[in-house]
Amino acid sequence: MTSDSLTRAFALLLKRDLLLAMRHRAEMINPLLFFVLVTSLFPLGIGADPILLRAVGPGVIWVAALLAALLSLEGIFRSDFEDGTLEQFLLSSHPVSVLVLAKVLAHWLITGLPLLLISPLLGVLLGLPGDAIIILLVTLALGTPVLSLIGAVGVALTVGLRKGGMILSLLVLPLYVPLLIFAASAVDTAAAGLPVTAHLSLISALLVLALSLSPLATAAALRISLS
Amino acid sequence: MFNNFFHKMASPRYFYNISGHLIPWLAASCALLFLAGLYYGLVKAPPDYQQGDSYRIMFIHVPAAWMSMFIYVVMAGAGAIGLIWHIKLAEVMAISSAAIGAWFTFLALVTGSIWGKPMWGTWWVWDARLTSELILLFLYLGVIALYNAIDDKRTAARAVAILALVGVVNIPIIHYSVEWWNTLHQGPTVTKLDKPSIHLSMLIPLLLMAFAFKLYYAFVVLMRARCEVLERERHTVWVRELAEKK
Repeated sequence: MTSDSLTRAFALLLKRDLLLAMRHRAEMINPLLFFVLVTSLFPLGIGADPILLRAVGPGVIWVAALLAALLSLEGIFRSDFEDGTLEQFLLSSHPVSVLVLAKVLAHWLITGLPLLLISPLLGVLLGLPGDAIIILLVTLALGTPVLSLIGAVGVALTVGLRKGGMILSLLVLPLYVPLLIFAASAVDTAAAGLPVTAHLSLISALLVLALSLSPLATAAALRISLS
Repeated sequence: MFNNFFHKMASPRYFYNISGHLIPWLAASCALLFLAGLYYGLVKAPPDYQQGDSYRIMFIHVPAAWMSMFIYVVMAGAGAIGLIWHIKLAEVMAISSAAIGAWFTFLALVTGSIWGKPMWGTWWVWDARLTSELILLFLYLGVIALYNAIDDKRTAARAVAILALVGVVNIPIIHYSVEWWNTLHQGPTVTKLDKPSIHLSMLIPLLLMAFAFKLYYAFVVLMRARCEVLERERHTVWVRELAEKK
């Protein structure tokens, strides 16, 4: 098996998933709507005081992003599991972890990237200053792939279960805690006008760690779920 | 010989027999250490010059917190052994540990909260250690929920092992991220849960209690593992013979 054919398999899988997503546009938009809706509920719940909103803004946006990512996670493997495509992946001669990476990348492009693009709007709604909004974008760009990567492990473990959704949130949300802490406080710090290089380095480290380890764990989990 | 021992231990039947002999000894030594620890901790150790007598909850709180992390690591280790070498008994040990670990974590949280009331004036502070214990509890609950959700228990044990391994990679990250978050956000409550220099009269009961907790874990995990082994091997001849004997 040459690396050339592996690259091709990766590209084909990515293309297929993106194409499938384009054919079901409504499913793409739902997590995005959820993200906007949850964020806009907070001012209604805690009051529209600009100082208060600016203080809680970074945390609110990030928590909403976590929940939106959680909602869309099941889509990574669910339909492939139901129609048996997933079994074919496991039977193929390519390393499963690389195929998993293609699927996760597709999932991020479908769900993570739109969150990223719409987040400046939410930042404005919550009255974040311009610098903070830029940092919010950077943290989301680095952080949402981590959400998809870690989430893929959880989905792979629960994909065979009838009521996997609730368990999925129990498995995945505690693992999101470090990312939430670093990302929200990066935006906070940026809003206060302080340098955030340390935060961004830590988030990047999380991304590298998740990128290198989680496809392996996901592949192992898929083998167990389908055995 | 070493190899032979492991092969024997991995056989459920042999494990069942030998753990049956071990449990009474472990339980008795646990009770002894427990009594000694409580005696030295509650009677012999002097009251703290700042906290008075209320610090004595430490003799439960600190060992419980130690155990909560220790058991998670044991669980992940046993899970890895089960995944790599397909040793059924390791899977059994991993899953039998989960509930005990969750209870120790819960105990650490509750005692921490009770201790916090007189010391900090509130039941709950978003203190770094308390928060990471809380997340550890969630990790344990995730493991237990996943195990219960999968019908086939062998598959469930393997899935749980992966989850425990992912968790064990994350625990240090979670711990330090929470600590870091806490130092950023929290000024007024200076928590001196563990003084680096602890007097010997307090250290001895603490260590006694820590060993008592370890032994408690050892004999309870063996008891739970025996039940699990019986349930898994219920179709084998030796389990049926055992059932008929009684």
